[in-house]
Amino acid sequence: MQWTELVVFSALFLLVTVLGFVASRWKNAGSSLDHLDEWGLGGRKFGSWITWFMVGGDLYTAYTFVAVPALIFGAGALGFYALPYTVIVYPLVFLPLLRMWSVSRVHGYVTTADFVRGRYGSRTLAFLVAITGIVATMPYIALQLVGLEAVLRTMGLNAGGLLGHLPLLIAFLILALYTYQSGLRAPALIAFVKDGLIYVVILVAAIYLPSKFGGWGHIFDSASDALAKPGANGKPKGSIFLTGSNQLQYATLALGSALALFLYPHMQTGILASKSRKVIKKNMMALPIYSVLLGVLAMLGYIALTSGAKPIVNHATGKPDSNTIFPVLFDQQFPSWFAGIAFAAIGIGALVPAAIMSIGAANLWTRNIYKEYVNRGATPAQEAKQAKLASLVVKFGAVAFILFIDPQFSIDLQLIGGVMILQTLPAVAVALYTRWLHIRGLVIGWFVGMGWGLYLLYTIPNPATNHAHFGGSALTLEKLSLLGWHPFGGSQTQIYVGVVALAANAVVAVVVTVIAHAFKVSNGLDRTHPADYHAEDGSPNVKPIAVH
Amino acid sequence: MPPAQPPRAGSHDHGSGLRWNAWNLVLLAPLLMLVTPWFNFDGPRLVGLPFFYWYQLAFVPVSAICVAIVYVKTKDEPTSATDHSGRPTVDDLDSSTSDRRKR
Repeated sequence: MQWTELVVFSALFLLVTVLGFVASRWKNAGSSLDHLDEWGLGGRKFGSWITWFMVGGDLYTAYTFVAVPALIFGAGALGFYALPYTVIVYPLVFLPLLRMWSVSRVHGYVTTADFVRGRYGSRTLAFLVAITGIVATMPYIALQLVGLEAVLRTMGLNAGGLLGHLPLLIAFLILALYTYQSGLRAPALIAFVKDGLIYVVILVAAIYLPSKFGGWGHIFDSASDALAKPGANGKPKGSIFLTGSNQLQYATLALGSALALFLYPHMQTGILASKSRKVIKKNMMALPIYSVLLGVLAMLGYIALTSGAKPIVNHATGKPDSNTIFPVLFDQQFPSWFAGIAFAAIGIGALVPAAIMSIGAANLWTRNIYKEYVNRGATPAQEAKQAKLASLVVKFGAVAFILFIDPQFSIDLQLIGGVMILQTLPAVAVALYTRWLHIRGLVIGWFVGMGWGLYLLYTIPNPATNHAHFGGSALTLEKLSLLGWHPFGGSQTQIYVGVVALAANAVVAVVVTVIAHAFKVSNGLDRTHPADYHAEDGSPNVKPIAVH
Repeated sequence: MPPAQPPRAGSHDHGSGLRWNAWNLVLLAPLLMLVTPWFNFDGPRLVGLPFFYWYQLAFVPVSAICVAIVYVKTKDEPTSATDHSGRPTVDDLDSSTSDRRKR
């Protein structure tokens, strides 16, 4: 047991717990938290600084801090995809996010499915978008738990069985309580602590560790040697460069992940909570600062390789848990008190996104399933109550993921979620620009993309971990089969499943759309207006916030 | 594209509300970092980092600058009805935006 680390960790954890509860009184929340605009979107009034800390804390998750260095440690350059992913995402989503913010502000939309409902007047389509968002978010929350657990186990809380998961359950119970109480204000306030700690930890590590291990040149050379050694299946474990077969995978994974991020409920929740278009614009310029951090962090995986650090054996599964590699590096290279700060940064880093994700999923449930199918006349107060309860359910659903699925697959779980959420791109992102795509096309395209995407994921084995199915998201092109025809027979090139499924989805959507328009099938009712997509804060046609 | 236009009070002919601005194309520039053959090698190194790594890190400021250029260059684009001239109804606002566009 690492007592110093535990004490530092617990103290900081206690601090954010207090902040989490105090947040319910922050920024005039008071008694108005019984409206989704307040509980679920923090009153739609976060300025540039709060948004920067919150969205930064939201997008750069425990997944970043734990799984990315772990992937670099295990496979090399491929794990660096997280950098191009978080660099291209901002220019890519800059314009669509502004349109989404404006139209949502005018009509009081809380979720992407709300927008789809208003744009197409289709309950079915909105339901599909909502359910995809909820299901895709679950494993993403689970991933945050994996990050938190990796830290807890490194500090010695590494028992087997249910007892081993107990500290995690306690941490999550506390998180669930203050999220229930304070809504989006809780993660927004905690994000200041989290991001502050992360910047300190990574800067210190980036300055101190390379010199300790003989400079970056030496680190990369020795990491390259370490990766060249044969792994579990007799081939080299990886390389510090991409190989001939995984370059396409690298690029499509970065692109697919960036597109997926736009669609995730936690991204939309963070953006819709901001005060104005200007706040979003400024943030799209300033958020890349976090990406520098991410790049440095990823390369710490190579320092771990060079230092000879070994992942801790997870006593719940009996196997080495590669996700512990980053905490182990800190445990070995830094004094205990500083390692404790680093662990707290990761631990709190898991709480912020987990809270926002569960709020985003709860908003979807409440607005697009509960209000649409269960209680059509729900008052704003009933909506808020329902969302609070849903946030609890979502969190404990994610805990179930951790208890029953091997944590080794944390990153792949999230990749499955990414494949799923990508299938809502035509209905959400394309619809922001045009409603040419027909409802029928969008629905059928969704089913095709989702079905095929999941099937492809099912067929991918992972020889390293001896799993026949769901072994990752890299599809070898020679295995790609269109009803028995193999267009890329013999090709070893790999590609990200998500973009393949999305392409199928889009083709089907377009074909069905052309047919539907030819037969003049009704394409629903559009409640939005072209000018809505450019409305700015203060404009007289925006909807008043949190009015019952 | 002639979609089945939904019935809407005071339907407007200024299309889909899309605004074309050539500066927006700058946002596509960072996508160049996805062309892996251009940087998937070792030299030249910078402070020990292989080209593969520092090249991609260099795209972080490039991306931020691209967004900044678009931000500055499209700053004056009219947002709908930012003027607080006391015209509360949607239709009034719409005619004010279409007037502005004609100018």
